[in-house]
Parts: sequence; structure tokens; C-alpha cells
Amino acid sequence: MWTARARESWQKNLPIEKLIPDTQPAYVVSWIYVFGVLTIAALSVIIISGLALAFAGPAWYHTSDFGHWVNSLHFWSVQLFFAFMVIHLWGKFWMAAWRGGRIKTWISGAVVFVLSIATGFTGYLIQTNFDSQWIAYEAKDGFNSAGIGAFFNVTNLGQMLLLHVAFLPAVLGLLTLIHVLMVRKRGVVPPIDANSSNTEASR
Amino acid sequence: MSGWISNFMNHPATYLKAGWVQISVSNLIVILLMLTVFALAIFIPFPNEDSGKGKK
Repeated sequence: MWTARARESWQKNLPIEKLIPDTQPAYVVSWIYVFGVLTIAALSVIIISGLALAFAGPAWYHTSDFGHWVNSLHFWSVQLFFAFMVIHLWGKFWMAAWRGGRIKTWISGAVVFVLSIATGFTGYLIQTNFDSQWIAYEAKDGFNSAGIGAFFNVTNLGQMLLLHVAFLPAVLGLLTLIHVLMVRKRGVVPPIDANSSNTEASR
Repeated sequence: MSGWISNFMNHPATYLKAGWVQISVSNLIVILLMLTVFALAIFIPFPNEDSGKGKK
């Protein structure tokens, strides 16, 4: 039965003790290990504020004070999301975080990074102001020269809006979840000079 | 916006150029701030009740 095989595979690869741990290795006691979860926290604010913007619509967020505030919250949480994600990337790069069978975790993080840029870019395109118009008409020549303007038309507001609020966040959320599950499966990568004395568990 | 913020933001960005390298002052400030946070995250000790001695 495929369900039994799936259950056994999950329990073997990611038992609940690994999925929701109550201890971490001692080397995790460093601020540099905080930036992954800060990135996820910023992403959570982006998603919640984005849902508010999607449900209330531009007639609200372009005209009311609270709408402007939520719109700004969405924008600035994106700025923090990228800053935290890049610092997380720097930290993981310099500790060679792909060691110990973690290459897929590294690759998934890199893919999430690139997809985040695409999601942020489509967000800039759907502001429905002169800024977004200028960005779209500057960008279209680049995409056309690369031969992808027919599929990815930055001047098509409907296409950019649906990519930004539906397709890209769904893929980004799923890949982020897979990225975190892979981190939980292998554990947080130890520093390069870590030995057995500082890889013991710590709360 | 009012005051110095509007004076600071309501004009085209100032760019620094060195050969083929070109960057706006605002982008440079953001990158320097991120590098500062990165350095602080490595060097500032993390507060921990166990002092990182590996107790459960």
C-alpha cells in the first residue's frame, strides 16, 4: 500500500523528534543562526499583509490611511525579508552549509532566493503608479531581447498581478516549507571547526 | 513627507562611479548596513542560560 510506504518513509527520514526538537546543538548559540528564522518571520508578515491587500483591494490601499500603512508594511517587510535572507545566505556560504549531505538544502535555498527576486519584481510592477509603469517599460526591452517577452510580458498587468498574488507565492511557500523540512531532517550545519565537545545538545 | 526626509528623497539618486562600477549612495548605505549586521551577528555573543555548555 503506497500510504504505508509513504508513512514509513516519513517516519524514517523525519521523525517527530527531528521535526519539532526541544534541543539544538551548542554551536547554534550564535546570532548568525537567527537569520533563517528572521527571514521566515518577515515572509509571514509579507503573506499576512499581502492577503489584507488582496482582499481589500487597491480602492482601499491607495486611498485610506490604514490602507497606505498596510501597503507600506508589505513593502518594508519585503526589504527586511531580502536583507535577512542575504545575511542568512552569507552566513551559510562562509560555513559551507552544503556539507554533510545538505546539498539539496543549499540548492533549494538558492532557488527560493531567485524566485523571491521574481516575486519582488512582479510586486514592483503591480503598484499601479508611475513607478511601476516606468519599471515595466524599462524592463520590457530586456525581456524582449532575451526572447521571453511573449511568455512573461511585464506590461501585462493582469499577468503580473496573478503571478505575484497566486503562482509565485504558492511555489515560494512550498519550496520554503521543503527547505525547512530538509534543515530539520539533516539538522543545522555545524561550524567547519566543530568537534564532538561542542556539538552536544543545548536548549 | 515633510522636512529633511522630503528634501533627502525628492531628487534623483546620487551615484558613485569608479570605472565600470556604478552604485547609488542609498544602495551602498544599505549594503554597508547589511555587512555591519553580518559582522555583529558573528562577533556579539548570544545570550544563553546554559552558556553553550551543551546541557539539555
